[in-house]
Amino acid sequence: MSTRYFGAAVPRLEDPRLLTGRGTYVDDVVLPGMLHAVFLRSSVAHGRVRNLDPSAALSMPGVRAVYAMADFAGFGSGPMPAMAPHPLLKSPVTCSPLAVDEVRYVGEAIAMVLADSRAEAEDALAAIELDIEHLPVVANARQGVADGAPRAHSGRESNVIATLRGSHGNVDAVFAAAAHRFSETFEIHRGGCHAMECRGVVAAPEPRSGELSLWTSSQSPYMVRRHLATYLGRDEVDIRVTAPDVGGGFGPKANVYPEEFAVALAALACGRPVKWIEDRQEHFLATTQQRDQFWSLEVACDATGRMLGVRGHCIHDNGAYAPYGLILPATALASFPGPYALAAFDLSIDVVLTNLVPTSPVRGAGRPNAAFVLERLADTVARRLNLPREEVRRRSFVRAEQMPYVTGGKMRDGSPVAYDSGDYAKALSLVLDKIDASGFARRRADAAARGRLLGLGFASCVEDTGLGPFEGASVRVTPAGKVVVATGAASQGQGHATTLAQIAADALGVDLSQVTIKPADSRIFPLGISTIASRVAVTAGSSVEIAARKVRDKAIKVAAHMLEAGEHDLEIENGQVRVVGVPDMNVPLSTIARVLSGSAGVPIPAGVEPDLAATGYFEANQLAFAYGSQACEVEIDPETGDTRITRYVVAHDCGRLINPLIVDGQIRGGVVHGIGNALFEHMRHDEAGQPLTATYADYLLPGAAEMPDIEIHHIETPSPRNPIGAKGAGEGGTIPAAACVISAIQDALGPEAPFVTMHPLSPEQIVEWIDKTRK
Amino acid sequence: MKAPPFAYHDPRSRDDLIGLLAELENAKLLAGGQSLVPMLNFRVVAPDHLIDINRIPDLAGIRLSADDVVLGAMTRQCDLHASADLAATAPIIRQALAHVGHFQTRSRGTIGGSCCHLDPAAELPALCALLDAEFDVAGPNGARIVKGGDWFKGYLESALEEREYLQSIRLRRWPAGHGYGFSEYARRRGDFAIAGAGALLEFAEDARIGRAAIVVFGVEPAPIRLVEAERMLVGQTFSEALLAEVAAQASALDAMADVHVSAAYRRRLAGVVTRRALAEAARPAREAV
Repeated sequence: MSTRYFGAAVPRLEDPRLLTGRGTYVDDVVLPGMLHAVFLRSSVAHGRVRNLDPSAALSMPGVRAVYAMADFAGFGSGPMPAMAPHPLLKSPVTCSPLAVDEVRYVGEAIAMVLADSRAEAEDALAAIELDIEHLPVVANARQGVADGAPRAHSGRESNVIATLRGSHGNVDAVFAAAAHRFSETFEIHRGGCHAMECRGVVAAPEPRSGELSLWTSSQSPYMVRRHLATYLGRDEVDIRVTAPDVGGGFGPKANVYPEEFAVALAALACGRPVKWIEDRQEHFLATTQQRDQFWSLEVACDATGRMLGVRGHCIHDNGAYAPYGLILPATALASFPGPYALAAFDLSIDVVLTNLVPTSPVRGAGRPNAAFVLERLADTVARRLNLPREEVRRRSFVRAEQMPYVTGGKMRDGSPVAYDSGDYAKALSLVLDKIDASGFARRRADAAARGRLLGLGFASCVEDTGLGPFEGASVRVTPAGKVVVATGAASQGQGHATTLAQIAADALGVDLSQVTIKPADSRIFPLGISTIASRVAVTAGSSVEIAARKVRDKAIKVAAHMLEAGEHDLEIENGQVRVVGVPDMNVPLSTIARVLSGSAGVPIPAGVEPDLAATGYFEANQLAFAYGSQACEVEIDPETGDTRITRYVVAHDCGRLINPLIVDGQIRGGVVHGIGNALFEHMRHDEAGQPLTATYADYLLPGAAEMPDIEIHHIETPSPRNPIGAKGAGEGGTIPAAACVISAIQDALGPEAPFVTMHPLSPEQIVEWIDKTRK
Repeated sequence: MKAPPFAYHDPRSRDDLIGLLAELENAKLLAGGQSLVPMLNFRVVAPDHLIDINRIPDLAGIRLSADDVVLGAMTRQCDLHASADLAATAPIIRQALAHVGHFQTRSRGTIGGSCCHLDPAAELPALCALLDAEFDVAGPNGARIVKGGDWFKGYLESALEEREYLQSIRLRRWPAGHGYGFSEYARRRGDFAIAGAGALLEFAEDARIGRAAIVVFGVEPAPIRLVEAERMLVGQTFSEALLAEVAAQASALDAMADVHVSAAYRRRLAGVVTRRALAEAARPAREAV
């Protein structure tokens, strides 16, 4: 196999189309007779709908219908199915497509207006008479576990829907024998992901065939199809779901949403296509977020600062429902022990319902939380024992020669977690070298002369990637010699059309321009899971490789027949199968494809199935573990608390790079998300559960001007667990970033300052600490 | 997030505009639209009529005379930023404009729109306060001039009456070589400042302060001049102690609190930015020494 494209920094093939406005996003889907939907949403965090009177709205211009859940009787009813059932979750904790009786967060959809235009539908919203009785509110998870707390769902016995536990080794013995034990409590907040494109759905009933077509801005179009089919009592083949071009996902679009069901139900009820495009205000209210985790932890270490064990408890805000089961807290738990070889750990997480918008994974899922607490614990050990922070880590890391390393943790199916490959200490040394840690003291003195506090921070992580069970791919050579690749792995801008094409082009010996990647569409490819968990390069990438190699083998078999040559004497170059060393003896792939396409009465070579095509399903039954370290410098203005990240260096190992340009983009974007979590993004709610930061004036996303240059260094340790040696790259940038920034701020504030155990940090908080330290 | 229904008008002359202002009830004027259009889309305002004044000739422009600068209300922020004449006459304006929104918003946003909307943290109204602006307004009952501090009535509230529009703003020129300084703190580039300050100083031959103007914005509901501090500075020679005294006055303002910051932090920042702006304005005196 030639490797002309795999590993090359090929510019993204989809960009010319997307950047010149030729993309097809959900909002570009315009159908005859299409109506526009808007949702009437709850304005209170917890209440009971006493009365809903749409009569005034129904008489407004352009309004065609106002629907509540009862209007969908005969099409579907009841709560949404659970996307990821969990044995600890005895019954699904999901909402109905439109609320029935009780509403449990500000933004929960209660009714929908269908009108000829979005503006008319919005005008009519205000005319719906809605009477909601207020119920007591659980506005945060700590309140939710307190004695006598109100219930986020009336009638539930407890707000704790599950308690997850992860343990390994004899933690009590390890703690009893340890030279030192230190305790800390942590408060971690993350916001949403704020993809450039909000959510959106178009549903269209096909009156003749009875099929239902859905276009949705989703990471999981096949999950939407499966669950919608179940909900509607239909066969999957009667529902077509397409994820067209999608402007960013980052986790929240992996859920199956009530609006997707409601729009489908409305289209069936009114018999016309219905479009709903989420606006940014709805995105703040009704798209899942991540939010608070409160950790109480204890770390044990030996006299040299080597970490031996961690134990403790977490309170996790899961929001008003659990649309994605327990995936988020379970992922946080599964991220222990991180890059550290711990003899024992014992952790539990209370999953708590609150009257806030549901949570689900946001880039990194719970992994950045686990990385934050582990890295802060490592810094605690260093601080208490007066050791260099890097020494604690070097002594505690899993070492390269221990690979594959069995951590003691368990995968979701209960099988043991084993890290596959890598050299964690090397990544840390690399970033410290590249950021010139040895010259830091001089830079700090220079900054001090300018009245600024300079700090150096660093953090490491391990990331499980390539979650199973599969993403499949089909590869087909057309009679024109084009290669068409289809997969169920939807793209939200990750560059699948480039990376998957690189793999196919190499395997088939064709020019990259000859390869086309189809969007995820259930009518084009039969199965798909989700573009989540940094899994598509490993799963779909490997399947493309497998399918393309099958096609290659088939082409060679047919060419051997046509050229009367041995299969072992043949190679594929420039779209031609040719005899090695005799390039004139060749047959183009297009000719083979044409032969295998068949002509009436003309036989095709014996023993070969028609069609120059194949399907591949790589069985991803073992995770590939990416890892990395990050280091940064921050500069603090002690008068204002203003904190600027002045330098940022990443060392990252995601195995074999398919396309360094795309991986760099993933890492850079991922780091920016982590910086946002450390310094800017804060989704605030008041005591009544009302969101206080629901515009971009109040919810601060990091902007270009706040971003440092991010220097990226790759370590390439091929994963032995898939045919292309890849590990996922989508989340590794985010996972240690907040820990890295906070570590640098701590360093800038100095040893006298309080130990920092939270994020995001505001400048006001930082000056408060500076003042306290200087007194 | 679609605007509620309204009737749209685009008068082509000042007379047509005055006719509409006389006739229409619950009308809003559309200048650059950088605040009004989002407010419409959020449905926090619901005018029955929107009067777009972008097509009225001669409402924009920068005119300099010996004593003052007259800025047409529809002068775009980007044009103020680009004007070499303005930069030479009142360099603090260009310095402050770098903090006003973003390149894209400045290409639409106008000085008149900013002064009529009157966000407490907006830089341009603060500069108007600093430069003793006179606001030339007109309506069906004729024209009038609103002087300096009378313009700033409170939070998002100017002296403009319901049926009036702002024609132009007259700013007082300071002599060539005056000291100027501007400082603000915002979480992100282009955000409304948590606190900001501008300072102008004129020095006598003996390096004593001949005249001073200091404005603090983003702290109280409207930009505020530190009148006492200005008076106190006159006749003094610049010193660190003076700076600290003025900063203390800024820190004593009646600062607002919001979801992001406490009043105490805002007062602290008021002191910091005032000190920084004033120190910068004093540079000509220090360089002369």
